[in-house]
Amino acid sequence: MTASSKPRAAPSLSVEDVAGQLWTAAAGGDEHAAGGIALQALESGMDTETVLLDVIGAVQRKVGEEWAANRLTVTQEHAVTAINDRVVAAVSLASGPSSRAPLARVTVACVDGEWHALPARLLAEVLRSRGFRVDYLGAQVPASHLIADVHRTGPDAVALSGSIPTRLPAAHATITACQAAGVPVIAGGAAFGTDGRYARLFGADAWAPDARAAADLLAGKLPGAPRGAHQAVDDLPHLLDQEYTMISRTSPQLVKAALAGLRERVPAVACYSELQLQHTVEDLASIVDYLRTSVYVDDPELFTGFLRWTADILAARGVPAGYLKPALDVLGEELRDFPRACATLVRAADDLDPESRA
Amino acid sequence: MADLKRADLSADVVSRWSSAPCPVLVTDADGVVVALNAAAERLFPQAAPGVVLAEAITGWPDGVIEGVRGADESWDRSYEVHPVTHDDGTTTWWLTENTDARLAETALRTERRRAQFLAEASTALLGSLNLQRCMQVAGKLAVQHLADAALLITPAPQRPVPAVLCVRGREPEQIELAAELSEVPGLAEALQGFPPVPSRWIDPAAAPAWLIPPGFGDVGSIVVTPLPGHGVPAGALVLLRKAERAAFTEDEEIFARLFAARSGVAMSAARMFAQQSSITETLMRELLPPALPEVAGAELAGRYRAALESERVGGDFYDVYPAAGDGRESLVVLGDVCGKGVEAAVLTGKVRNTLHALLPLAADHHRVLSMLNDALLSSHHTRFVTLALASVSPLAAGLRLRLTCAGHLPPLIVRADGVVEVVETVGTVVGVLPEIDTTTVEVTLAPGETCLLYTDGITEARGGPLGDQMFGEERLHEALARCADMPAEAIAEHVHMLAAEWARGRDHDDIAVVVIAAPRGQHLSAVGGSGRGRYTAA
Repeated sequence: MTASSKPRAAPSLSVEDVAGQLWTAAAGGDEHAAGGIALQALESGMDTETVLLDVIGAVQRKVGEEWAANRLTVTQEHAVTAINDRVVAAVSLASGPSSRAPLARVTVACVDGEWHALPARLLAEVLRSRGFRVDYLGAQVPASHLIADVHRTGPDAVALSGSIPTRLPAAHATITACQAAGVPVIAGGAAFGTDGRYARLFGADAWAPDARAAADLLAGKLPGAPRGAHQAVDDLPHLLDQEYTMISRTSPQLVKAALAGLRERVPAVACYSELQLQHTVEDLASIVDYLRTSVYVDDPELFTGFLRWTADILAARGVPAGYLKPALDVLGEELRDFPRACATLVRAADDLDPESRA
Repeated sequence: MADLKRADLSADVVSRWSSAPCPVLVTDADGVVVALNAAAERLFPQAAPGVVLAEAITGWPDGVIEGVRGADESWDRSYEVHPVTHDDGTTTWWLTENTDARLAETALRTERRRAQFLAEASTALLGSLNLQRCMQVAGKLAVQHLADAALLITPAPQRPVPAVLCVRGREPEQIELAAELSEVPGLAEALQGFPPVPSRWIDPAAAPAWLIPPGFGDVGSIVVTPLPGHGVPAGALVLLRKAERAAFTEDEEIFARLFAARSGVAMSAARMFAQQSSITETLMRELLPPALPEVAGAELAGRYRAALESERVGGDFYDVYPAAGDGRESLVVLGDVCGKGVEAAVLTGKVRNTLHALLPLAADHHRVLSMLNDALLSSHHTRFVTLALASVSPLAAGLRLRLTCAGHLPPLIVRADGVVEVVETVGTVVGVLPEIDTTTVEVTLAPGETCLLYTDGITEARGGPLGDQMFGEERLHEALARCADMPAEAIAEHVHMLAAEWARGRDHDDIAVVVIAAPRGQHLSAVGGSGRGRYTAA
């Protein structure tokens, strides 16, 4: 696609049309065209927030869907995201600083270990365009860096973004640390649940389902001073049973045991190639990771949901998911002394295999 | 005889009863006072025989009687009342004094309330190391527990002086005081750390208008107290009470000083943190990797993460020096000083400065590295450094790279078809031997092809699903093979993510990555000199 054939977003084009064009350009790796489409949309009178959230945001959501459906590889996902990131920068540069009197000061950051920075970036730009003073710290911010920054800049609130559920314990630690520093936290992103249940569980001062809602919340009455210093276990007394601690500390051994168990029970696994084994090990590590997170938040549905999703992903890639259930059985035997983990595994196994419930 | 004895005894009993130290009253079935002893008479002169007890003494009988004052006594007593009912319908009321216990309880309650307040205040104040927030928190606490309005003023060399004003029921406000502070008795002194002026010496009527918040009404009493800091005064606290409220007692003033001491320490800590972090920030700016500049014809991306979470800098570094003019080369440097943390970072600063000075000689990598080697050998540092240099110049389509490694991991080239090549450049570590050997290799990148410079933090990341494996070069090559034709930013992000995820929160070494990509242009035919494989345009 050359510069001269760059598609023009006529004023009559709907938001969906522009998003469609941007998707085509970004997925094709044409950064130049992608930037042009977004800037054209701005020039044609589409407001900055719409371009950011309904065009770029829509493309980014499609990236996730396409990946899940195996129409996009992880590297392509990175490539499209990198282009989208540049487009965000171009849009933000083109719309310039807000002329309104500065609103509250907000620090926007991703949870440590969270690589999906774009939702946070979009929120930061939306807040900026609405006149907030924004400190955007980017992807995977260690809690200690965030707190040092909070002390330095003294924001009125921290907006914390997380999309990977397995980073929820880190998110909880970050929320607690911000509150101990006297700054309220508004949490957002897929990791906190579609209804924000984990944000509430962790005692976040507010939760927003999307960037617009977050900006509205922050534009309204800011959450006041958060509750003072407390520890994670004060929010989650079930952590005292040590199941989360034990699973976290022994996860490599659990993965090894699960792999050994699978080799015995599933004949196909015994003759896997090196690459297949590597993928299986990675999948097992994910399963253990989600199990420990599920035990952390004491919500078996988190684990069941993950397994359902994994089964769908494997199906989309034509990989037999036959080893999932035996893997759960092996893990159940390894963790027989941990009632909450066992119950979670049993429930997930039943969910995978509806006939066994009958 | 026996009767007489009994009568004597009963008279005796009456006299003993009458002189008992604790007050005793007797009432009949209708509650009319029949008899009372001397102690009761002294305490309740109105309760003579014949009056109805409940009418003579309000609040009777309710377990405890408070606020009782004997004749000529200047303090209140309180008594516990123990009624004993007799068969003939009369009741004897025995009173035992518990004044001291009640006073002690009240004092205890007050102290508990204050201790709890101070504990809460300490927690709230210690949480934040931000001066503004600290002052806001202190102001809020002061109006919740001590006064109707509180003004916190920080010492400033010139006016206007920054201050925080907090009025009960309102949010704290950031204000600036342009007025003459010495108009408030004791304020200028408090800001200099002199002892506070007793509240009773400060005439509220003489308070300047700027001190009284709008809509506050008449001021009844004022306390001005220093906020003692770490050796130097952190500021002053002015507490205002409305005219209708009781003035500050001496006891309350002492308590306000206790509170001020805690606030002052917290504010000092916050101020010190701000100073330190501003110094660190300034020094750090020179040690952190730079934002990558535009380089003619090339697309660059870099990623960096220090090993130690608490320190944002480490022994890995990279720098990019754009070409000084047309036809000249740009220089990309990536290196690794042995060691971690700030100490290693300081040496990276020296290496980077030296390399910057040697830039005019960059056409000859070996010469640059040799001179750097001499410089390091003659310095007092015992550390050494490994380096990868890449001189970049644009071609009609694609890039020409001259690559030299000095004891560093060889750069990797990702061809458009996903083939990953190791650049065969070897050389000695810099800063150990008097002479160094290097070889420079020339590589051509076709559009869509990339060159990756990286440090061993990537390949030596330990972890993975089984917890104890190295990420390794093989895994890096496999990952890169899937990165053909990707933007530089995406590759840098992807490689960094893989290594960090591999380490999964375990300790890892410093990580640095620079990706040099030949951008995919619109030139479909120009595949470039030594471009390998097929190049397909999007």
